[in-house]
Amino acid sequence: MMDSAAGNPSTLVICCGAIANEIVTIIRANGWDHMKVECLPAKLHNQPDALPEGVRAKIRSGRARGEEVIVLYSDCGTGGAMARVLEEEGVENIGGSHCYEVFTGSEPFKALMEDEPGSFFVTDFLARHFEKLVFNGLGLDRFPKLRDVYFGKYRRMVYLVQRENAENLARAEAAADSIGLDLEVRHTGYGGFQKFLETK
Amino acid sequence: MSIQEIYDAVLEYEEEDVAELVQAEVDAGTDIEKILNEGLISALDVVGEKFSAGTLFVPEMLMAAEAVQAGLEIVRPLLVDKGAKAIGTVVLGTVKGDLHDIGKNLVGMMFEGAGFKLIDLGTDVDPEEFISAAQENDADLILLSGLLTTSMPEMEKAVAAIRKANENRNLNVKTMVGGPPVNAEFAAKIGADGYSIDAPTAVDDARAFMAAGI
Ligand code: B12
Repeated sequence: MMDSAAGNPSTLVICCGAIANEIVTIIRANGWDHMKVECLPAKLHNQPDALPEGVRAKIRSGRARGEEVIVLYSDCGTGGAMARVLEEEGVENIGGSHCYEVFTGSEPFKALMEDEPGSFFVTDFLARHFEKLVFNGLGLDRFPKLRDVYFGKYRRMVYLVQRENAENLARAEAAADSIGLDLEVRHTGYGGFQKFLETK
Repeated sequence: MSIQEIYDAVLEYEEEDVAELVQAEVDAGTDIEKILNEGLISALDVVGEKFSAGTLFVPEMLMAAEAVQAGLEIVRPLLVDKGAKAIGTVVLGTVKGDLHDIGKNLVGMMFEGAGFKLIDLGTDVDPEEFISAAQENDADLILLSGLLTTSMPEMEKAVAAIRKANENRNLNVKTMVGGPPVNAEFAAKIGADGYSIDAPTAVDDARAFMAAGI
């Protein structure tokens, strides 16, 4: 658990570990002291089946403590199960397929995919942790020959930048290089996450 | 030299060994179907079970699948030569906008292993490509895979187009959908004829379709 600020937060923001840093930054920058952040581990990405019930449990424990609840999960590959849980629990849905789409906005994301279906996306978080989460996570450290099995049909890595940072950029370049893709950089800022929280 | 060694080599991810061992069995005149079923496919079954049980992960499963693929490459032309009659023809692909193909490839291998003729259209496949491949090959079944949330509406479009082609373009083909975001309820909603949770079940279900005389 990460408290965003001192005081006595009355609103619980539930999100993925992969965007926690960004969400805490938004909350601090805006001085929303009533919000605190709790996340599910980023690695659940790869087991989307576990996400909806994990989110439900967090919603219920927040409510049991008398907190307002905000959830920043998209569908994230749950095939509509996340939306059902949010509806059952009466929590507003931020929408979208995954965080990449929320960062860029739906129409720009669609355009990026139409422009090049072989696009692989990274965020600040993934650029920083690419080696551990993506490269090693896919077993490319142990089985280098799988690189083409995974990425053979991909043409470019699109780095969606939340906050300009030379080190992250260098990491994204190295990441793209390690899987043999060209790098394209797009500045998105906090996109839909910022906008959604502003309405709260 | 034995079939058991092929099986073991798959489980040890020894792609080159698998190819050599399969070739040696072929040269020794071992029944092709025995090599296929007892060596390659049964090993892949075990891998699939471990994967579903969460004791083996995507990279290991892929390594095993690559090893099976190397064996299949050797066996495939021989099955054709032997004139083994396919039990049915399936067209397979990942729907438009989606490039995930690991699950699809496993499904393909299982169907080939089970004696179906396989037309694999790859990834990012248009509804029209499914339809023309089914027409050209007189297919019995179209298998649509998808991993992304956005693949669900694409599946719906493809299934609708295929059903329409069944009605007015002289096609007679069933559809089966699969992949983690979809389930039987979704399949029924979009009018697909079937859904299966994994590759071995899909093969069983397809056999049942064939037996029902579609
Ligand atoms: C490996 C993987 C990748 C690999 C894909 C490599 C490849 N060549 O396919 C890489 C790393 C390249 C990748 C890329 C992306 N991925 Co990906 N990926 C996965 C991951 C971890 C595993 C998928 C997999 O291969 N599983 C193993 C196979 C064997 O299982 P399977 O596909 O489920 O198949 C079995 C059954 O479903 C069934 N089946 C499958 N197809 C069919 C068809 C029929 C007819 C039948 C009957 C059965 C059937 O049988 C199979 C075997 O038994 C999943 C998470 C997950 N656990 O599902 C995310 C996941 C699918 N990816 C996801 C995302 C977001 C992406 C990216 C957009 C990420 C990015 N950073 O850019 C890109 C896609 C971009 C694009 N242009 O398409 C999300 C989807 C979220 C969503 N809302 O849509 C997931 C769910 C992860 C997540 N929670 O974020 N990915």
